[in-house]
Amino acid sequence: MLKIAVIGSNDTVIGFGALGLQIFPVTDGEEALKCLRKLTRESEDYAIIYIEENLAEAVQSEIERYKDSPAPAIILIPGREGSTGRGLSALNAAVERAVGTNILE
Amino acid sequence: MARKAVTPTRMVLNQLKGRLKTAVRGHKLLKDKRDELMRRFMEVIKQNKELRLTVEEGLTRAFASMQVAGSVMSPAMLQQALMYPRRSVELETSFRNIMSVNVPEYTFRTKGSDPSEIYPYGFAQTSGELDDTLDALSKVFEDMLMLAQVEKTMQLLAEEIEKTRRRVNALEYVMIPELQENIKYITMKLEENENATKVRLLKVKEMVLSQAHDFK
Repeated sequence: MLKIAVIGSNDTVIGFGALGLQIFPVTDGEEALKCLRKLTRESEDYAIIYIEENLAEAVQSEIERYKDSPAPAIILIPGREGSTGRGLSALNAAVERAVGTNILE
Repeated sequence: MARKAVTPTRMVLNQLKGRLKTAVRGHKLLKDKRDELMRRFMEVIKQNKELRLTVEEGLTRAFASMQVAGSVMSPAMLQQALMYPRRSVELETSFRNIMSVNVPEYTFRTKGSDPSEIYPYGFAQTSGELDDTLDALSKVFEDMLMLAQVEKTMQLLAEEIEKTRRRVNALEYVMIPELQENIKYITMKLEENENATKVRLLKVKEMVLSQAHDFK
């Protein structure tokens, strides 16, 4: 049985905990990277990993790594400060990759 | 284009012609595949964009009411109220095939005493805003799940399109022209040989005739 993980600052993830998701509160990017590594390498229980946008910078390499494999899906969600537009950049990157240029702009 | 060394014989010519036929056919098929993938990809992108906006909006709203809850209650209380979830979410993944790309499909099940019961705390010591927060979060959660599915699909399709596009281009601009050039080279070489033989024969005939009739 697969699980869903949420990585982010304590304030952000705590609400998801009540929904029944596995939460992993972290304080900075380095910790997030460590946490994500643990979730992806040491277990296969997590099919979806949501991660807060402002931590995305630190874990970019991990995200790239799992981009082409069917599992797990690593998805950015906005944090408490609201959306930074980083989530949409994943979409633009995919478009650029498929088409060769960004046709959305 | 640099031509690879080919032996100009009829057998090689036939082989090359066969390969050219296969290459052209493969090129057409791959091109069709690319076009269809692209069409699907566009649909997925549109869906992804909409979902992301919905999710971002929903989350912002949930966090806002959480902020209010956090200001009404003490952080320790908040932490305590949410510490022991009453339900847990289990996820099931199945795969769907889009043009030979396996994309995941998620369905979730909640495990708990009562699935509709999402508040893991008693109502006496918590504020109403916290209820709102959890309500909003559980609503946005379904969209988040959809988003995960759509986003993964998008990434996998993008990879496949990139691969297919490269193959199409390699066939169109490298393989097929090279084969055509080789075929042309062999055809010309064979013609040349034929001409040489013809001329030689004419020459020999002339020599033989002049000897036989003792022309001067």
